[in-house]
Amino acid sequence: MSATARDHWCDLAVIGSGIAGFAASIFATNRQIATAQVGNTGAIAYTTGYLDLLGSLYADPNPLVNPWQGLAHLRQEEPHHPLSRLPVELIRQAFNEFTTFVTNAGIGYTPPGDENITALTPVGTGKQTLCLPTTMAAGPLALAARRAAVIVDFKGLKGFSGRQVVANLRHCWPELCSARLTFPGMARGEIYPEVMARALEVAGTRRELADQLRQAAAGAGCVGLPAVLGMHHPDRVHQELEELSGLTIFEIPTMPPSVPGIRLREMFEQLFPQRGLTLIPQQKVDRLSFTDDGPLLELADNYGPVTIRAKAVLLATGRFLSGGLVADRNRISESLLQLPVSQPAERAEWYRQQYTDRRGHPIHRAGIEVDDSCRPVDRNGRVVDPRLFAAGVILAHQDWIRGRCGAGIAIATAFRAVAAAEQLLRR
Amino acid sequence: MAGEERIETEVLIIGGGVTGTGIMRDLALRGLASLLIDQRDLCAGASGGNHGLLHSGGRYVSNDLHSAVECRQENLILKQVAPHCIEDTGGLFVAVDGDDPDFASRFPTLCAAAGILCEEVLPAEARRLEPLLSPRLIKAYAVPDATVDPFRLALANVAEAARVQGSLYRPHTEIVSFAITDGEITSVSCRDRLSGARLCIVARQYINATGAWAMAVARLAGCHNVRLSYSKGTLLVSHDRLTARVINRLRPPGDGDILVPGGTVSVLGTTSVRTDNLEGVRPTVAEVDRNVREGQAMLPDLATARYIRAFSRIRPLLQSSGEDDRGATRGFALVDHRQEGLNNFCTITGGKLTTFRLMAEKTCDLVAGRLGNSSPCRTATLPLDDGGACRWTEPGAAAKYWYQANDAEDMVLCECEMVPASAIDEILACAPGLDETMSLEAIALRSRAGKGPCQGSFCGIRIASYLYERGYYRDRTGLYHMRNFFNERFKGMQTVIWGRQAAQMELAEALHCGLLGLDNLEESDSDSGQAPDSGGSR
Repeated sequence: MSATARDHWCDLAVIGSGIAGFAASIFATNRQIATAQVGNTGAIAYTTGYLDLLGSLYADPNPLVNPWQGLAHLRQEEPHHPLSRLPVELIRQAFNEFTTFVTNAGIGYTPPGDENITALTPVGTGKQTLCLPTTMAAGPLALAARRAAVIVDFKGLKGFSGRQVVANLRHCWPELCSARLTFPGMARGEIYPEVMARALEVAGTRRELADQLRQAAAGAGCVGLPAVLGMHHPDRVHQELEELSGLTIFEIPTMPPSVPGIRLREMFEQLFPQRGLTLIPQQKVDRLSFTDDGPLLELADNYGPVTIRAKAVLLATGRFLSGGLVADRNRISESLLQLPVSQPAERAEWYRQQYTDRRGHPIHRAGIEVDDSCRPVDRNGRVVDPRLFAAGVILAHQDWIRGRCGAGIAIATAFRAVAAAEQLLRR
Repeated sequence: MAGEERIETEVLIIGGGVTGTGIMRDLALRGLASLLIDQRDLCAGASGGNHGLLHSGGRYVSNDLHSAVECRQENLILKQVAPHCIEDTGGLFVAVDGDDPDFASRFPTLCAAAGILCEEVLPAEARRLEPLLSPRLIKAYAVPDATVDPFRLALANVAEAARVQGSLYRPHTEIVSFAITDGEITSVSCRDRLSGARLCIVARQYINATGAWAMAVARLAGCHNVRLSYSKGTLLVSHDRLTARVINRLRPPGDGDILVPGGTVSVLGTTSVRTDNLEGVRPTVAEVDRNVREGQAMLPDLATARYIRAFSRIRPLLQSSGEDDRGATRGFALVDHRQEGLNNFCTITGGKLTTFRLMAEKTCDLVAGRLGNSSPCRTATLPLDDGGACRWTEPGAAAKYWYQANDAEDMVLCECEMVPASAIDEILACAPGLDETMSLEAIALRSRAGKGPCQGSFCGIRIASYLYERGYYRDRTGLYHMRNFFNERFKGMQTVIWGRQAAQMELAEALHCGLLGLDNLEESDSDSGQAPDSGGSR
């Protein structure tokens, strides 16, 4: 390796490789901003592929039908929520730009609509989402139409039971039944979604599976199955299976790490370098400092130190799972810059007594504070550094788990942060 | 009452802890059939919420010689008759700089008085044996402490009693009232906490082995001479096993001064707080932190260790004059209730895990005598045989069985503890007390499923899905069971969520609530009669 390849220059450095990080890189690339992205594997492999904007309003067990109206309520109830601080039009634009980009890149997504879609989960419950991969789109439609359908599962694939999906949906979807198939070429032992997905990139496997699906459908025109329809060309695999079998086919996400998340990650990892973006995946930034020349990122891989010099930097490092926030026995801190973290007074207040309490746990509302341009601020509300931006669930005053709004916060705040960074860079 | 189920038995045992199950087995070996009931399930009280320490007796030499001697004797007996439930780890008593050197130097003499083997180990040697011990160690003694799995003991007791005498076990059955005529209990009225159904049990003898609940149950029968005070103890489970041996602090009993290995983890405890409350007992952050602070004097690494669980239980202490619960006797009491005019009722309470067999023996001597049965007690010599269905509670064992069986079709459902689908099948088919009350929690009690670092976050979903597959769940019941199982596991996790557990918890909650929507299930249905209040040691 030459020394120069290990020192990178760019205009915007994005730290983090979850949805917020990738969204930021999409928006920056679309704006012709020279971008470098670096970060751990990221929680993106844990996503189902669903892109939710707002699925639930604080403590209300009923699914939210219209997320756009929901945002208006949220603005009243939780004015500090990151989504409350962004214009609705901007949020819609962000979703449009994100889904258009990934669709053009080969992973088709439904565009943001006016209402939430009730999508299916691997246990047969419903999940509110704004957008979903086109390979999954027929499921919610079949559910809404109560169309006769068969949920297929596979011998050896644990954690996904067609019978379970059916048992939990039958009260609202009477013409639903299940069938168990043996996945082509994987008759024995435990089998894994990722391996199945890659196997379906092969035409022979698709033909065999299509035959089996046609038999399993037994007259029903519609078949649901775990999300394994290809890794790099899911839409093509999906379409061909539908043509071969004459059925309407839809995917249901499996337990994480699930194929739809891995698809997104592998697509980004393949595509971004082609678009001129410097992508350093699977690496953790050790140090971020602000010199007179600009932000400096330092990390190390197996070959030694790597540096990235940027003009602006966007922190999308996520929460505890991705390492953006760290909790010790006494307090929660931000791991890279020791930014102040708004948090409950003591550990005893982090969690409520009941795990599934609808009000959610105070620990999730902890996070870093930003101004309206997504720039982190200190305890006195002063911008920490004009070249520093932050996006995603690391931001305070939101509970993305109870709100079903993780992707919404990631995509919308990344959009805002990149726009603000662009202003700075164009100056 | 119309349609009320009626069950007749020789002996009714109330309370499915180690003592109640020990009594069940002991009676069976004397030729007496019994019915065992528990308001929750096996080991739901203190039996399932302790260190899992088979005391050498060393712990009690300074303040309770009688208990120390009992422990020494029972320790030897149990190592003989139930070796599969015991890991003979040995134990160390250690003093660190700042601990009372006089107490430390008197320890061997005190042990000798109780007949307990005690050998001095030089600090350097002790640290060679247990590298995580504090460098500030000043004194160490080796004693024959060991560890014991109370869940396996209880399951094995029940299984053997069922096999040799047809004795029965019914979980989730609580006493509503006793019917008493002419100095005899004629029947007890019970309620099934899951179905709400009433049940009448008629027996010749009634045994109250309800541990911390013994005072309340005795009072239901009009007996006021069982007097207990309650001490809440909180313990922590670490992610890794930190020592090979049991480590005791060489000082008068105090907080956070015993660290006991258990399979792949270690258990640190305990605190002691007087309480009046038997229900809804949960660890607090303050108690957890106190254990960590105290424990780190023995092992500095305890300050930075990853913990996966904390739990609290109530110790029933025989009421004594003293104010200090640490000084209270850890002995047991057998009350025959004759003085209150009852001839077929007795209460056994107090004591500790190590002495459960002896407690059962004394109780059975009384009850068998009352029934004119003169068979001697056989539990001190006859090996405990559990027939296999109880083997899944043993830490690390599931992986071994799965590997030995070498069946690629047998999917591992709990990946932390390597519990395969075949284990779930075996438990469903033959583990005691599971016929009517199948739930995720009941399966978890009878196996290691959910005991690893993920605390059931993933395997709870996998096992539920497997149970749907097998047709045990046919409707949304499985969702409620999943939610209840995760809520229950969380009680033990809530106070130890920092470091990597914070990440683990975030992932779990995103999955259970964010994706599956278990937080949005209607409050509903069959939630009563669920598991212990703080999930127990596992």
